[in-house]
Amino acid sequence: MLQVDVRKEFDGFSLNAAFDAPNGITALFGPSGSGKTSVIRAVSGLLDCDQSTVRLGGRDMNGVPIHKRKLGYVYQNARLFPHMNVLKNLRYGGQVDEAQIVALLGLEPLLDRYPSSLSGGEAQRVALGRALMAGPELLLLDEPLSALDAPRKAEVLPYLEALRDQSDIPMLYVSHDMAEVARLARYIVIMNKGKVALSGGLETVLADPAAVPFVGVQDAGAVLTGRVVGHADDGLTKIETGAGAIWVPSSGGRGLGRAGGTVRVRVPAQDVILARSAPQGISALNVLPVFIETIEHGRGPSVIVGLKSNDTQLIARVTKRSAQTLELAVGDHVYAILKATAIAPTDVG
Amino acid sequence: MTDFLGPAEWTALRLSVQVALCATLFSLPIGFAVAYALSRGDFFGRQALNVLVHLPLVMPPVVTGYLLLLGFGRTGPLGGLFEDLFGLVFAFRWTGAALAAGIMGFPLMVRAIRLSLDAIEPELEEAAGTLGASKLRVLCTVTLPLIWPGLLAGAVLGFAKGMGEFGATITFVSNIPGQTQTLALSINSLLEVPGGETLALRLAVLSIAIAAIAIALSEVLAARVVRRRSE
Repeated sequence: MLQVDVRKEFDGFSLNAAFDAPNGITALFGPSGSGKTSVIRAVSGLLDCDQSTVRLGGRDMNGVPIHKRKLGYVYQNARLFPHMNVLKNLRYGGQVDEAQIVALLGLEPLLDRYPSSLSGGEAQRVALGRALMAGPELLLLDEPLSALDAPRKAEVLPYLEALRDQSDIPMLYVSHDMAEVARLARYIVIMNKGKVALSGGLETVLADPAAVPFVGVQDAGAVLTGRVVGHADDGLTKIETGAGAIWVPSSGGRGLGRAGGTVRVRVPAQDVILARSAPQGISALNVLPVFIETIEHGRGPSVIVGLKSNDTQLIARVTKRSAQTLELAVGDHVYAILKATAIAPTDVG
Repeated sequence: MTDFLGPAEWTALRLSVQVALCATLFSLPIGFAVAYALSRGDFFGRQALNVLVHLPLVMPPVVTGYLLLLGFGRTGPLGGLFEDLFGLVFAFRWTGAALAAGIMGFPLMVRAIRLSLDAIEPELEEAAGTLGASKLRVLCTVTLPLIWPGLLAGAVLGFAKGMGEFGATITFVSNIPGQTQTLALSINSLLEVPGGETLALRLAVLSIAIAAIAIALSEVLAARVVRRRSE
C-alpha cells in the first residue's frame, strides 16, 4: 500500500493530490498538464514539495534519498545507458529474479546488444526489466508506451499485462490513454488541474457518470470483467460478464486465451444504445436487460445514463431528445444494446 | 639519431614532456571538478568562476606569468605556503614550468570537458539514481564513462598547450637550461645564437610531430568508444 499526499505551488499551477494506491496497478489518468507526472516525481523524491507525505507499506519516505527509496522508475523514453549492453543495463540496479524477469519480458535474445541497436519497444522492455531487477518495492511508470507507435505499443502491452498479473507491489501508471488504462489498471486516480477528481477501483470509477467530464465523452465507458466462454469460427468470442453474456471480436490473431480465462471489456458509453423493449430483427448481437440507476444531465446535447444489472454497472451516452422521447427515469427497466464491432480489439484483453 | 639533436636539446625535449605530462595529470581532476560545477552547478559565483577559469586564455601570457611570480614566488603568499606545507618550490624550477603550463592549458581543458558534460542527458544520471546508485556511483559508472572522450580531448589539449607554452613560463621561471628550458624556450634561445637555425627547425618539427601524434591518438581512442557503442 502506498499513501500519497503531496502539495506544491508552481507558477500558476497548484498541485494538491492525496490518494492511496493499494498493491497492483493504479492508473494516474488525466489530460496533459493535469499534474500526473508531477505526482510521481514527487513520490519518487525527484520533485521537492512544499508539503509531502509519502508512505510505502507504513515506511515514511520523507527525507529518504532517491537512491535508497527502493523504487523502479520507467520513463517515456527508455533512458538506457548507451555505454552498456543490455545485460549490464539490466543488472545496474540489481539481479533480483533475473532469470524470471528475462523470461517474462522476452529479453534473452537481446542481452548482448547495445541500446543503439534496439527498437523503441525492445528498449522499453529492457527499461522495464532493469527497473524490476532492482527489486523495487514501488514501481513508477510514466507513460511507458506513449513514445511508441501502435505496433510497438501492441508489442509491449502484453508484457505489461504479464507484469500486472504477476507482480503484487504498488505500481503507479501515468497515462492519458484510456484503452491502456482500462486493460492494465486495477485502481484509478483521475487528475484534473493538479487535484484528484475521482479515485477508487477502476470498474467503479469508470461506471460512475461523474467521471465522464474528466475522462471525456469520447473515452467514457464502463469496464466489465468477464470469463471467456468460447471462441466461434467467425472471429467472435463469447464472454460471460456480470451483466450477461456478450460477443466481442476475438482480438486479431492473438486471440483471447483459452476458455475460462478472465478478460476485461471496455464498453464505450457512446456505443451503447438504449431501448424500452427487447428489440426484434436487429443486427446488434448484444442485448442486455438493465435498470437505470442514475441520469446525469450535462451541458451538451447528451445525457449520461448509469445502468446496472445484478452487480455490474454500465454507462450509456444518449441524446437528451432520446431520453425525453423514451421518458427514461431512474429505476426503469430498459435494454442496453451493444454492437460487437463497436468494441475495438484494443478494448479487450 | 643522437646527432639529430644536441644533448641540451634532448634535455629540453625530455623536460617538455615531463612538464606537460605533470601539468595535465594534476589539472585533469581539478579541471573535471570545475567543469562539473560549471555544467551542473547552480551556485552563487558560478559566472565569476567561469570568468576566472577563462582568464589565462585571454590575458597576455606574460601577465599570467607575472601574477604567478607574485603569487607563487618564494616570497609570494602561495609560494610560501606550498614550501612550508609540502616543501614544494615553484620559483625557477621545472615544477614552476609545470604550474604555468597547467594554468595556461586549464581553460582549454575545462571547455572540452564541459562541452561533453553538457552533451550527456542528465536524465540518464537521474535514472541511475532511481536504480539505487549513490551520487558517487552515478559519477563513476555513468557520467565518467560517457564523457571520457571529452576528458581525453581535454587532456590532449592541455598536454599540447603545455608542450608549447612560452610566455607565462619564461616570465615565471625564466629560461634555465636543464631546469626550466622547455622546447619552446629552447627554440627561442637557439634563434638568438648564430647557426642555431637548423637545430631550431628540427625542434620545431619535433614539437609539431608530438602534438599531431597526441591528437591522432586521442581521435583513434574516441572513435573506438563510439564504434563500440553503435554495435
